[in-house]
Amino acid sequence: MWDYTDKVKDYFFNPKNAGVLSEANAVGEVGAIACGDALKLMLNVDPTTQIILDAKFQTFGCGSAIASSSALTELVIGKTLDEALKITNQDIADFLGGLPPEKMHCSVMGYEALQSAVANFRGEVWKDDHEEGALVCKCFGVDEGMIERAIKMNKLTSVEQVTDYTKAGGGCLTCFDKLEEILSRANAELVAEGILADHEAYRVGAADPKKLKEKAKAAKAQAPIEISPLKPSSPIPPPSAGLTNLQRIRLIEEVIEELRPYLRKDGGDCELVDVDGSNVLVNLSGACVGCQMSSVTISGIQERLIAKLGTTVRVVPVGRNAH
Amino acid sequence: MNAVYLDNNATTRVDPLVVEAMLPFFSEQFGNPSSIHSFGASVGAAVKTARAQLQSLLGAAHDHEIIYTSGGTEADNTAILSALEALPDRNEIVTSKVEHPAVLALCQHLEKIGRAKVHYIGVDALGRIDIEAYRAALSDKVAVVSLMWANNETGTIFPIEGLADLAKEHGALFHTDAVQAVGKVPISLKDSAIDMLSLSGHKLHAPKGIGALYVKRGARFKPLLRGGHQERGRRAGTENTPGVVALGKAAELAALHMADEQTRVKGLRDRLEGALLQRIPNCFVNGDLNDRLPNTCNIAFEYVEGEGILLHLTRAGIAASSGSACTSGSLEPSHVLRAMNIPFTAAHGSIRFSLSRDNVPEDVDRVIEVMPGILEKLRELSPFWSNADKSGKEFKPVYA
Repeated sequence: MWDYTDKVKDYFFNPKNAGVLSEANAVGEVGAIACGDALKLMLNVDPTTQIILDAKFQTFGCGSAIASSSALTELVIGKTLDEALKITNQDIADFLGGLPPEKMHCSVMGYEALQSAVANFRGEVWKDDHEEGALVCKCFGVDEGMIERAIKMNKLTSVEQVTDYTKAGGGCLTCFDKLEEILSRANAELVAEGILADHEAYRVGAADPKKLKEKAKAAKAQAPIEISPLKPSSPIPPPSAGLTNLQRIRLIEEVIEELRPYLRKDGGDCELVDVDGSNVLVNLSGACVGCQMSSVTISGIQERLIAKLGTTVRVVPVGRNAH
Repeated sequence: MNAVYLDNNATTRVDPLVVEAMLPFFSEQFGNPSSIHSFGASVGAAVKTARAQLQSLLGAAHDHEIIYTSGGTEADNTAILSALEALPDRNEIVTSKVEHPAVLALCQHLEKIGRAKVHYIGVDALGRIDIEAYRAALSDKVAVVSLMWANNETGTIFPIEGLADLAKEHGALFHTDAVQAVGKVPISLKDSAIDMLSLSGHKLHAPKGIGALYVKRGARFKPLLRGGHQERGRRAGTENTPGVVALGKAAELAALHMADEQTRVKGLRDRLEGALLQRIPNCFVNGDLNDRLPNTCNIAFEYVEGEGILLHLTRAGIAASSGSACTSGSLEPSHVLRAMNIPFTAAHGSIRFSLSRDNVPEDVDRVIEVMPGILEKLRELSPFWSNADKSGKEFKPVYA
């Protein structure tokens, strides 16, 4: 596992300001579930003083993503919007006593969410609205603006760092040429502004994409977990006598019958198609088809079946609803 | 509070009886088994005994069909490279998308350097191999088929004997990476068409650094390491005698514990899996419930990220592993879950619990006790969960 600081661990295990802020008047959302992390930042801003009175977050992501989000809320509460906008992703990382380099994108996500929330409050459109062509990394949905900001703010000088800070290029790496182009352009601008020395600036062709990809795939060594000798085995009761196939199918049908009224109430229906060993094949129909909640339905049926049968089964949707 | 170890597909604790068996080979029994004098002779006899113990576990016809290696990776590499060299008029490899990196990375490399054309056979949502695609890929150009017996992440078992028969129809050599299967499922190589099989010591309660490659008598073979005449010239280098003896003892114990693995350990796994599925909403098992290793349980928890679950489990003294991206250096979920087309909502939150004969009911009960709370806590933090659960509205992030 990662070498997180005690403060990262503390903010992960005991996150401050987690949850929904019902009186929020500024909301910023970044990331997506497909990318592995997403953050929704909610602020309550005093319209006259412009002071952030309260902040809360909801985050889907790894330990450092949750810790970074929580740190961000701590950093912004009590600040005016203009003060808050000066917070950089490095400030978030510093607040936590540092983040592993490969996890810097978690702090960048916090920075981006804050920018987005402030823009939302001011009625502006946050400039990364993904106009056609603006998306650079399709694997992780990262656009040119975000990459440029991360490069300039953190003085990044390698494609590897760009991936660590934004995740761009962390997947298929077909965007490598584009990343190189943005990096060399942004670096040239930093050199022109006198922020970066000329010899530090990145130039197209300096990196080998295959090498980077191999490195990205190399798994990190796991931290050792202390194992004490295991207790001697004690006998456990034998599994309860198995049901016959017919009994099983009858029980499964009973469960579906019990749940059917609830599904019908929502305009849907469910029928048993087949039982293949531990797989229970069902056909969801009516309003269930294409419904965002169908996985919840499947999960509900599965829970009831396991409780009733006493063994593990998997409910598999087939038929028109199958992919 | 004792730590609960449920990561036995990663590695197992060395059995105390195995330690006891190997220790003399570090001290008084230090001889080189190739030597004629008395120091070597007794060690040579021990190496021979170990070979017979392994032969018995694998149901191999002859003890000399077993070649000791440094582990599963060397065995896998040897098998594939040997086949390409032994059948020079064939240059294709058939493998699957869900193999261990020990096979996949080698195949990708051979492809890159233009040494071989590789067919990567896909799997369905339960991790079962696409038999039709497999049949279609076989031809008289295929030098070797390399398919895993059981998947390390999901435990899904491939119908290896049948797959081997199909490969034989085309004259291809058949290799199986059985690192996860050996000791957990009965194997009888003498009755099968399998030409080569890889195994690893540390997955069956022997130490790391020892493994073996089974090569059927008569199967064409070219060594990877050349040098001395050890292992009948098929793997040069002085034998790792403590490791060899340990592997033999571990094989003997594995045979004795096989029934336990299939009943008691499976019972514990089922108890764990059933209870988690029943107590935690929105989760499902990854893998083929009908044909799966008795010790492996891989559950996808929707709307959470695996690393968070593992951090909480670690704090509770429980060791498991995750197919999520964040716990490794990669940013994408495991290649196995992606090949199975597990939705992103669940792939990032997949956790593998792998048991062994060392586990007791209290171990799984500890997990059953803490997991619902961990999931509830993490899901409360997740912007997807609250929306999916309560309002039913789809979450629309800026970077969708």
